Amino acid sequence: MSITVRNLTKLYGNKPAVNNISFSVGPGEVVGFLGPNGAGKSTTMKIMTGYLPPTAGSVTVCDQEVSQQKSVRKTIGYLPEHNPLYLDMYVHEFLHFVGKVYGIHGAELKRKVAETVERCGLTIEQNKKIEMLSKGYRQRVGLAQALLHDPQVLILDEPTTGLDPNQIVEIRQLIRSISANKTVLFSTHIMQEVQALCNRAVIINNGEVVADDTIDNLLARSTDNSLESVFRDLTKTPDA
Amino acid sequence: MIQVFSKEVGGFLNSLIAYIVIGVFLTAIGLLTWVFKDTSVLDNGFANLDTLFTMGPYVLVFLIPAITMKSFAEERKLGTMELLQTKPLTDWDILLGKFFASVVLVLCALLPTLVYYYTIYQLSDPVGNVDSSGIAGSYVGLFLLGMVFCAIGILASSLTNNQIVAFLTAAFLCFLFYSGFDSFSALVLEGGQGLFIRQLGILYHYESLSRGLIDSRDLIYFASVCFVFLLSTKTVLGSRSW
Repeated sequence: MSITVRNLTKLYGNKPAVNNISFSVGPGEVVGFLGPNGAGKSTTMKIMTGYLPPTAGSVTVCDQEVSQQKSVRKTIGYLPEHNPLYLDMYVHEFLHFVGKVYGIHGAELKRKVAETVERCGLTIEQNKKIEMLSKGYRQRVGLAQALLHDPQVLILDEPTTGLDPNQIVEIRQLIRSISANKTVLFSTHIMQEVQALCNRAVIINNGEVVADDTIDNLLARSTDNSLESVFRDLTKTPDA
Repeated sequence: MIQVFSKEVGGFLNSLIAYIVIGVFLTAIGLLTWVFKDTSVLDNGFANLDTLFTMGPYVLVFLIPAITMKSFAEERKLGTMELLQTKPLTDWDILLGKFFASVVLVLCALLPTLVYYYTIYQLSDPVGNVDSSGIAGSYVGLFLLGMVFCAIGILASSLTNNQIVAFLTAAFLCFLFYSGFDSFSALVLEGGQGLFIRQLGILYHYESLSRGLIDSRDLIYFASVCFVFLLSTKTVLGSRSW
């Protein structure tokens, strides 16, 4: 399994953000990670990438346990929520920095940066400062830094939030093109995106997994053949 | 570590911080050492650089927190800390990279003042009649003091995501460590306790080095104070309590 989450629990103070969840993602799968805001999606992803320590349980990525160890992080490409970037760096400068962090040097670094810039459609923008880029291009830079070292596993936290419909389609195509030989787990609120990209979806609510099934099986549960109604049924709060 | 170090140095050079810090330091120190009547070496009567070494630390108390205030505070505010901490870098890589980048900047501010030494050397009568070893010891002391201030500044920056808070905390702590312990020791009864408190402060060891004797006790003091502050920063980063 590429990603295995076992009995993962994360407490913030006494409040569980993630409560004993387990799921796994096989090699080459593209899985949507869904849930209402505050369900624990970002927290789970932060634990998967080694940013936050779990309170209990464990995550393994490519058969290595995620911890403070450096080695496992080389197998993961991560686009955090809100896509934080060094705004005062130039695009190619930033990508060179990221490459060096992953231990890529010299001619190989040049080649990888050029390749990634082209793949993410940043060729025209590569000599601009990141602060000068539009949101869509910044998102591409965020994806580029996650892809640069050719990781086996990609974890993308809301990669299309805040983009206009054209940009959403572009980013979606980019994700589709890179997902051909990678394991991808991404979170989103757009159900069409899940249908367009994934073969499976994991839905969590209040820190617990409420569904983990293929898209077809999830659609079969609904009355009107839409993923949105399934999502609402599974995650609605009693008083809403 | 080296990747973070070069990124930070690049950041200093790109954002004008380096030029402003070095410019302000040299202007302030240059005016105090050569121009202002009260402190000028030329009006002093003795061929020494006491002004540089007594006023320098007070200038650094404000300048170094200005260099270090953004190091972690800004990363946290922008969220780029998450980017760094999910890359194959340890917390030590990140904080030592930032620490050494600040130290190099301080070193670059100090190096041009070697010209002052040459000037004094030439002005003294007979030529070369200066306390060279005392000045060498003072330079070592000033540099080590700069390192401690950098470590303090980095810790202050890791405690908050507000740069102004980081600056003020660092400036206060630098001042406290530089002369606070010394002033405090004067309040305590004479004797062993007072001396012990003095020895906790930087000034005691700085003065000891400026006599021209590079004593291992002073070097160990500076190294351990640096280490304690860097270790505290590491603990803050490791706690992920933001």
